Amino acid sequence: MAHKSALIAADIEGYLKAHQYKSLLRFMTCGSVDDGKSTLIGRLLYESKMIFEDQLSALEADSRKFGTQGDHLDLALLVDGLAAEREQGITIDVAYRFFSTERRKFIVADTPGHEQYTRNMATAASAVDLAIILIDARKGVLTQTRRHSYIVSLLRIPKVILAVNKMDAVGFSRETFDAIVADYRAFAERIGLADVVAIPISALRGDNVTEGSPNMPWYNGRALMEQLESVVIDGHPRSRPFRMSVQWVNRPDQDFRGFAGMIASGVVNNGDRIRVLPSGKESRVGRVLTPNGDRDSAIAGQSVTLTLEHEIDISRGDLLSSAESPAGVADQLQATVIWMHEEPMLPGRPYGMKIGASNVVATITSLKYKVNVNTLEHVAARKLDLNEIGICNIGLDRQIPFDAYAENRETGSFILIDRLTNDTVGAGLIQFALRRADNIHWQSVDVNKSARAAMKGQKPCVLWFTGISGAGKSTLSNLVDKRLAAAGKHTYLLDGDNVRHGLNKDLGFTDADRVENIRRAGEVARLMVDAGLIVLVSFISPFRSERRMARDLLAKGEFIEVFVDTPLAVAEARDNKGLYKKARRGELEHFTGIDSPYEAPEHPEIRIDTTATTPDQAVELIFAKLSEAGILNTG
Amino acid sequence: MNGATLSHLEALEAESIHILREVVAECENPVMLYSVGKDSAAMLHVAMKAFAPSKPPFPLLHVDTTWKFREMIAFRDELTEKLGVKLLVHINREGLEQGINPFTHGSGVHTDVMKTQGLKQALEKYGFDAAFGGARRDEEKSRAKERIFSFRSAQHRWDPKRQRPELWRLYNARKNKGESFRVFPMSNWTELDIWQYIYLENIPIVPLYLAKERPVVERDGTLIMVDDERMPLAPGEKPMMKKVRFRTLGCYPLTGAIESEADTLLAIIQEMLLTTTSERQGRVIDHDAAASMEKKKQEGYF
Repeated sequence: MAHKSALIAADIEGYLKAHQYKSLLRFMTCGSVDDGKSTLIGRLLYESKMIFEDQLSALEADSRKFGTQGDHLDLALLVDGLAAEREQGITIDVAYRFFSTERRKFIVADTPGHEQYTRNMATAASAVDLAIILIDARKGVLTQTRRHSYIVSLLRIPKVILAVNKMDAVGFSRETFDAIVADYRAFAERIGLADVVAIPISALRGDNVTEGSPNMPWYNGRALMEQLESVVIDGHPRSRPFRMSVQWVNRPDQDFRGFAGMIASGVVNNGDRIRVLPSGKESRVGRVLTPNGDRDSAIAGQSVTLTLEHEIDISRGDLLSSAESPAGVADQLQATVIWMHEEPMLPGRPYGMKIGASNVVATITSLKYKVNVNTLEHVAARKLDLNEIGICNIGLDRQIPFDAYAENRETGSFILIDRLTNDTVGAGLIQFALRRADNIHWQSVDVNKSARAAMKGQKPCVLWFTGISGAGKSTLSNLVDKRLAAAGKHTYLLDGDNVRHGLNKDLGFTDADRVENIRRAGEVARLMVDAGLIVLVSFISPFRSERRMARDLLAKGEFIEVFVDTPLAVAEARDNKGLYKKARRGELEHFTGIDSPYEAPEHPEIRIDTTATTPDQAVELIFAKLSEAGILNTG
Repeated sequence: MNGATLSHLEALEAESIHILREVVAECENPVMLYSVGKDSAAMLHVAMKAFAPSKPPFPLLHVDTTWKFREMIAFRDELTEKLGVKLLVHINREGLEQGINPFTHGSGVHTDVMKTQGLKQALEKYGFDAAFGGARRDEEKSRAKERIFSFRSAQHRWDPKRQRPELWRLYNARKNKGESFRVFPMSNWTELDIWQYIYLENIPIVPLYLAKERPVVERDGTLIMVDDERMPLAPGEKPMMKKVRFRTLGCYPLTGAIESEADTLLAIIQEMLLTTTSERQGRVIDHDAAASMEKKKQEGYF
């Protein structure tokens, strides 16, 4: 198989000893369609003898069936995996391949080269220490090359190899190679890629892949494989300050309390002074338990369990950090966000965020601009679509420990998660903390919510009416409001249309504006609940995320969602305001139910089927629910 | 570790430990699927280290098709007792009552009913929301793109569109009720890594991996061991004693033996390094269409 070493047959024990200390290099290849990326990886696997005989015969059969190389082996077929893509002739995901040589073990992340590319490339780039950027010698530096290089620099992959491929197709010309390399270096410098090694190759024919090429005697540098074997990687910089996110607290009995995690950077020795973040408490390291037992120290990349000298409160998500140079702590950040989902990123919408072992709630407070990955221009934007990259201000629901991504790839990176589907929708790289929040302290007041509620003799809450236009929200909320007032309750009705005349008159009807519209309504409703009122909110509020955001602003039991459920056909037939007719004529854009979605509540507290219930019956239903929830009983 | 850098095995071990701990911290009710094979052996060994001095805070689950080699069962019971870890054994009782077996029903039906359906039954019975498996990305082409946290719908289906991107070491283990994960902590290990780790760490493995005289019959060019009297023999067919061993372990009627003299761990690593056929060839179930593994994965088989 892999290693044609005579040692295997003669002295297997000696062979294993020699291979015990091989290092591991993770790298990726980036290139456009037809740059020969799959062929290159296939060639590396083939040349390092990682292909078994049965796989080779399968490859021969596949080459005849799917191949594009005539009678030759189509090495690209070795790496194209899922059946669907084989038929389409494209790769659509990140695939990981393994090979090893006498000196190193390699994991290569292969990413597809078509347009919808940023997501996959960023995924691969986040986990590698080296990138091979492929250029077709016939085409030179293309837009795609610039885009790939930008992502490589953004994700801070430490080492870059520029592989100028298909040299056989340009007569192995030195002039062509030199011109491409000069062109590339000029661009690379602009984006801060300094450490670039250029190699002329032919993946198809094997020139300069594992051995120097007789076709290019003018090239004196290393072949690609030699470069991969010898490049020095400091993927987990030991020189950086110590960081370890606490993954899990290990507590088998009263006598042992250990903090388990993988060391993100630096070195830890027993006796070292460490600071726990965000609390800021300090202690000293007691024991360092590695997978091979107690040691005096451990280094970045190891999974360990640490004990501390003092009993301090530490839980999952806390960051153990060098006391001399601790990480930062903040709840307002500026970060680069790479959007990875078909559903766009909307400022104002809350997302789950995972950073280290912490899970927090994050809201994009503003999208400053997006970056055109082809031209690197900054473009104003209201949202981020799939594969777009933007610079954002982000607010968190609590303080988290962090480093800038430029300082530490592990403690400076995060993912964003949709709170309803739980899909991973974005990836982020922290630039710096925003100081703003530090100066605005929460003023504690002596007359609080319960005092104000007691004075009014009621239990404050929000009745949130949601439904499509013409569903009957205003009619119903109005009736409920009147009856509450008649019962001596202190109420306020926030009506969507009315609020858009004032507070929200700067907002339109795009998804981004709808999110902001609801965010403001939710915040106003919260203030009113704090003032002790029963608040009726009557907004279409089409998205589940924002209704949930409004719900999360309030205490448990304070948010009562009333789904005014009217089929579109019925609402459109009523069309009291003539809006549906306008929308159908194309005069109103982004009209809910017509060309903008309505996401019905899954578990509303109250559902009113307006086709089967009269308004008076509906009011009875709502009052019964309020009474059951104790809203009416405290008066 | 030679001072400043980790060896590739140390790096892989650290990564696997990290994954195991993430699942324990973020999932409510994890389980480790334990197949008794060498990959399971290495995974269990990593788990013992990950949570020391505690025991792994999850049980092992063995889906027993009732056609496993007897030596596997004996090894399983002895090892789990010695390590003090909890073992759950699940058998698909309906399949058993219907008399499903690899001879009359073929490998496809047998594997589907006793293994795939059996696994789903067990996951539902105990309400597990994350199941560790020992699968590796280097085993098979379609596995090269498998996530480490592989998302499964409430029906246990694998949908390529719902798999989440995995960046840095930030695994997203959130899910809604009924949904679950298969988690593969050994994703980035190769077959050689597993053997080298077993050798270095002295990890016990089932003796079936080592060559020994065993009774076998030849079926369609594959040597099948006659492990018990349930193996139907053709008229006049007699088991032959041959020195054989197994590269992978599963149901004995579906697992091809190879003739070998390698009767020590070092000798089998040596043989593996010198050999020229890939690991999965010993599994009869893989000899289907090229995309068969992908189909099985969509249906919930590992």
